[in-house]
Amino acid sequence: MAIALPARHRVPLRGLSVARLLREVARRPAGRFGLFVIAALFVIVFFTPWIAPYDPAAQHIIDRLQGPSWRYPLGTDDLGRDLLSRIFYGARVALGVAVPAVVGAVLLGLLLGTVAGYAGGKIDNALVVVFDTLQAFPAVILALVLISLLGPSLRNVIIVIIVSFAPGYGRVSRALVLSVKQNSFVEAERSLGASDFRIAAVHVVPNILAPLCILMAMDIPSAIVVESGLSFLGLGVQPPTPSWGSILSEGFDRVRDTPWPVLWTGLALMITTLGFTMFGETLRDVVDPRFAGLRRLRRP
Amino acid sequence: MSESLLEVEGVSVVYHTRQGPLPALRDVGFSVAPGEILGIVGESGCGKSTLSSALVRLLPPNGEITGGQIRLKGRDLVRLSEEQMRALRGRELAMIFQDPLTSLNPAFTVGTQLVDVQAAHRSKRSERRAIRRRAVEMLEQVGIPDPGERIDDYPHQFSGGMRQRIMIAMALMLEPALLIADEPTSALDVTLEAQILELLRQLRREHGTTILFISHDLGVIAQLCDRVVVMYAGHTVEEGDVESIYARPLHPYTQALLAAVPSRMHRGDRLATIPGRVPSLSALPPGCTFADRCPHAQDVCRRDELRYLSVEGRRVRCAMHDPMSGFDRDAQPSQLVESETAA
Repeated sequence: MAIALPARHRVPLRGLSVARLLREVARRPAGRFGLFVIAALFVIVFFTPWIAPYDPAAQHIIDRLQGPSWRYPLGTDDLGRDLLSRIFYGARVALGVAVPAVVGAVLLGLLLGTVAGYAGGKIDNALVVVFDTLQAFPAVILALVLISLLGPSLRNVIIVIIVSFAPGYGRVSRALVLSVKQNSFVEAERSLGASDFRIAAVHVVPNILAPLCILMAMDIPSAIVVESGLSFLGLGVQPPTPSWGSILSEGFDRVRDTPWPVLWTGLALMITTLGFTMFGETLRDVVDPRFAGLRRLRRP
Repeated sequence: MSESLLEVEGVSVVYHTRQGPLPALRDVGFSVAPGEILGIVGESGCGKSTLSSALVRLLPPNGEITGGQIRLKGRDLVRLSEEQMRALRGRELAMIFQDPLTSLNPAFTVGTQLVDVQAAHRSKRSERRAIRRRAVEMLEQVGIPDPGERIDDYPHQFSGGMRQRIMIAMALMLEPALLIADEPTSALDVTLEAQILELLRQLRREHGTTILFISHDLGVIAQLCDRVVVMYAGHTVEEGDVESIYARPLHPYTQALLAAVPSRMHRGDRLATIPGRVPSLSALPPGCTFADRCPHAQDVCRRDELRYLSVEGRRVRCAMHDPMSGFDRDAQPSQLVESETAA
């Protein structure tokens, strides 16, 4: 999951363990909703082949464009494919793209941002210019340019998301490193003979992971939306692989005949986005010390 | 003084700024014998902290050592490569800092950080157990109760005084030859200060740790140190053992500093101050930098660059004590200082 950190990095969340953190998140209604959505999504994604009633590409032409029924819980699309199965498999694509893409973006951003913040000077200036240039580009235009260069495919969608999200993480990492660097423990480590690499990797980075984790949780839905958007335009996942974007796009053509494909897929997208966002925001509230006092007040 | 652990000779440090180079240290010289506690005293801005950073070669990026030698056990630190220097830090030289609250990484337990000091010097993984045992021992030595349990606590679970003790334990993990303490007690209250001073004394007694203790507090220096170096505007102006300096300061600046220490003898009087202020490093006067505030200043003081001379087994940088300078010893001191006590 987004915040499942390796054991030795558990601490940066201000002395809270991951388990305690999740408990703390689950205690609030929004957090509980978020956790539930994320957990359900992961169950669906891991067990898709067993819980999906049909092959997502299997066409039942006789039953095309049906509404919900016992045979097809959410109805069928214009080729008579089961919508529930397609949405389940679409979730697989959505998370399969969003999670690695966001993780990749965090790693790349963290690496560049830490180098920029830690090294300072010319390296910093150069990297900031790169971040700003990439961010100044409208994400969609950037994505379209990259996809038209690379060609539409799942892997390329991931690359596009990494490239367009990494500068954000880079800037956040850089700012955090700049502030952590001010602490005298950095100087103390240096005076005890630690190398720059060691200080940056072992001492500075763990101190900035917490905010990045939160940002990650909130960015996963954005990545899903980018993937859906590209697939909607036919630039992402190619048929017959179902993606929420392509289901929406095909459903859109038939929206006058049947609203179900658009409705269900839109709903799935909405719930997923809401779940991740609520989880991320609750996590932020839990970790952010400025909210700690309020929290204690609220719960006697 | 060939048996010195550390010999600093003619060290100059310049900060490169937009306004031009600022000479933060000029011709600084002193020596530290093994097992000794040497105090470095001076008012703020006189170059104490620059000196401690220069000794471990961790000056800010715009700082540069422009001359002199820093010999530790005979090796000149100024000439070492960055990599060689890094290997020495922690092993031969260690440092503790003013602010114990931010000197420990909040993200790790103190045990991890203690063990890490050795990891930074590439010890084998198999030795981790032994290193951890040693970390517990060190915590015990610096007076942390239940060290075996508390080693797994995070820095925020310790008080400020405890954290400074942990910092000291960290600095001593590799048994460095020299411990540089840059105002280690300034952020602590007097009770804790007394405890930390006692700890330093005990470490010296039991392990023969050599300590360079930097402070602006003459009282603390008097309690702790064997010898003192007095700094003014980037110069070392006087060096000698604590008793003789406190009993009979030679340099007018040392005299004025000591006169400014509150004591029972002057109860009810106004506290003595030193008129004027430390000259700006960007516009240092020629000759003695203290001349403008010195009651004894004469024309020669403002004219010639001063030598650092040995007088009565001490070293002092003042024309008054230099028979070659042409200083008129019979002249009356001026009325610059209102409560001059001529010590």
